[in-house]
Amino acid sequence: MAFQIILNFALAFVWMFLSSNYTATGFLVGFILGIILLVIMRRFFSSRLYVFRIWAIIKLTILFLKELILANIQVLQVVLRPKLDMQPAFFAYPTVLREDWEITLLSSLITLTPGTVVVHVSDDAKTLYVHAIDISDVDDAIASIRDSFEKAILEVSKS
Amino acid sequence: MTILANSLVIFFISVGVLFIVVTAIGLIRLPDLYTRAHAASKSATLGVMCVLIGVFFHFWLIEDHFNPRILLGILFLFITGPVGGHIMTRSSYIAGVKPWKGTVRDDLASEIDNMKKEQGIK
Repeated sequence: MAFQIILNFALAFVWMFLSSNYTATGFLVGFILGIILLVIMRRFFSSRLYVFRIWAIIKLTILFLKELILANIQVLQVVLRPKLDMQPAFFAYPTVLREDWEITLLSSLITLTPGTVVVHVSDDAKTLYVHAIDISDVDDAIASIRDSFEKAILEVSKS
Repeated sequence: MTILANSLVIFFISVGVLFIVVTAIGLIRLPDLYTRAHAASKSATLGVMCVLIGVFFHFWLIEDHFNPRILLGILFLFITGPVGGHIMTRSSYIAGVKPWKGTVRDDLASEIDNMKKEQGIK
């Protein structure tokens, strides 16, 4: 991915020298032409085009902002309810992610989203122990994490 | 235009203040450390973030001064907020703080016991 970005920048600079137009506009035109070249030449790269990965990162950010706002509305409801009738629980969440940065990202995202805080990561980094503030169905909570965040992170790290 | 900018600023700052108040109420009302960590790590982060965005918009749209340091502050809050919540709950659990009696399920107790045995902590 890094190689493709550097190549795209180099192509943009080559375009600036070819057209002797050393301005931001010249750079931008060269960059867009470079993207088109990369798309045409994509079968020579071993990994996928970096544009898709950047798009996946943007989608992850939007998902995260949405979940953050939902989380806060849920905390608001729990705190302001006249009777405290929530059911907290610690549950184990088996993860398929392997890289350290992926697990760190996943636990940060879980901590900032509705009703869950990561308390402990097991030594072999295969299980996250999560504290949920109001658990009616553990399987439901696990499935929702798996479908939203884990899938989005896998989409980013897919080569 | 000024009215629009002003209402944007007022909206963000009042939402932020609302979330900070909810955090404070949550810290008083909730029964144990782990549920309080929920209120502290989520609502406080979003509350402070909303106030910072409000301040950013005020200086940008009304005083005409673009201040990227506020945006960096929001980014740093995002990175450090959840880690703080995680570290505090984890160290409390290992130090033996008991969860609230209403806690319905505890997968973590056996894991922590094993860890303490392996590392020879009492």
